Amino acid sequence: MSPGSSDHSSLLERQSLSAKRPTLWLRARLIQAIRHFFTEKKYLEVETPYLIPAPAPELHIDAVAGGAGFLHTSPELCMKRLLAAGYPKMFQICKCFRQGERGGRHLPEFTLLEWYRAETDYLGLMDECEEMVGFVLEELGLPPVLEFQGKTLDLQRPWLRFTVQEAFERYASTPLEQAMESGRFDEILAFEIEPSLGFPKPVFLYHYPSALAALARLSKDTPAFAERFELYWAGLELANAFSELTDPEEQRARFEIELAKRKQQGKTVYPMPEKFLRSLLFMPESAGIALGVDRLVMLLSNQKEIDPVVSFTPEEL
Amino acid sequence: MYNASNLRKGLKILIDKEPYVVVDFQFTKPGKGQALYRCKLRNMINGIMIDRTYRSVDSFESANLEQRKMQYLYSQESHFYFMDLQSYDQSALSAEQVGDAKNYLIDNLEVDVLLFDGKPIGLTLPNFVDLLVTRADPWAKGDSVAGDSKPVTLETGYTLRVPPFIDEGIKITVDTRTGEYVTRVK
Repeated sequence: MSPGSSDHSSLLERQSLSAKRPTLWLRARLIQAIRHFFTEKKYLEVETPYLIPAPAPELHIDAVAGGAGFLHTSPELCMKRLLAAGYPKMFQICKCFRQGERGGRHLPEFTLLEWYRAETDYLGLMDECEEMVGFVLEELGLPPVLEFQGKTLDLQRPWLRFTVQEAFERYASTPLEQAMESGRFDEILAFEIEPSLGFPKPVFLYHYPSALAALARLSKDTPAFAERFELYWAGLELANAFSELTDPEEQRARFEIELAKRKQQGKTVYPMPEKFLRSLLFMPESAGIALGVDRLVMLLSNQKEIDPVVSFTPEEL
Repeated sequence: MYNASNLRKGLKILIDKEPYVVVDFQFTKPGKGQALYRCKLRNMINGIMIDRTYRSVDSFESANLEQRKMQYLYSQESHFYFMDLQSYDQSALSAEQVGDAKNYLIDNLEVDVLLFDGKPIGLTLPNFVDLLVTRADPWAKGDSVAGDSKPVTLETGYTLRVPPFIDEGIKITVDTRTGEYVTRVK
């Protein structure tokens, strides 16, 4: 007897969901270990709303409209309001939503680990990143040297650090200044530089051109660059961080630029996040970081693509 | 009009006034950067493959393509002529555009002809076509190299391997996707 086609497709679904068992277990244990790390270090775990009236105005991040507002694209604005209100150490593990982001390494609904810390800068967060990963590996019983897609991934401290300028000089066909002028920065970064970053040691790529960091503080020594870094493992962008901009006037001006560009490109123009801007008056010197949890699971479970690390992809619903 | 977020496998777009089909497609996006769409595209007129990277701001015109049911009529001077089953208009495709499909073109065969801006650029065959065997050598028993099959020639000039019991004058069904024998027509 041959099974009906609906029986057959539910059998296939059972098989594909069952095959995710090892990554789903690793995912659960990883999240527990992350939580353990931050609670040991006396970070406050917070939950901020997913449905918000005004997402951070950034040109290339599109929010999903829903209900009376938008689904948050990251918990950044609400967490910074808490920071400004006197919570100096906070973390959050939450779902975030970004419209149109779907590929081998992207999901439109994904899990972010975001944490903030007062009285530190982005360099302090680089150290804390290394420390957190060391803790998590030990808690999961994983060795510090792993294999990822046939290559060695050596997670022992210290990791490498180089500037965007240096990365362009080393890997790109075009100098940084020229890439910025011709609007080809993203392409060159994605296709010429990223694939070489983070083998075998993770790399912190830092000092982004100031135009590419809407919410970051500019470097005091070289104001053409922002105190922003991205963390790469095995060619995969894993985290983004910066020393937070705390000047409300400068922040408003940058948001206005982003909103004007969004309008020019025919994208949704979000309302100005006024409450966030007002809260910046009380914001301490601080730094914050967002790390892609799904991608960390990919890297630790040797998965080339993001699909096997989540229970359901949008297409499987 | 399409924009970059409409890109997907199988989408047909116009580049430099020629129709292309997206055969492979990868989405990537540096965290705070713009979405990038890396595509492999096939020119639907000459089959040439190209690589292109598009950004979220790029837009495309859709290619004016149409499929029409046509009947194969005849070939002459390296062109193949078809008749539109609705309008009775005739269309011609070059030998290059027809390609291996010529192995299955017999009089009155119904095919789908693809038109771009009203001009024919290619055709899609039915999956199975019945063809007459016009030449078959007797099977040499013990010919172990050939196995349990022998070569025959069909009315279109196409040669293929068939089971030993197929003789001249028999009609067989051929799978046009693989070019292989399927069954003897009863």
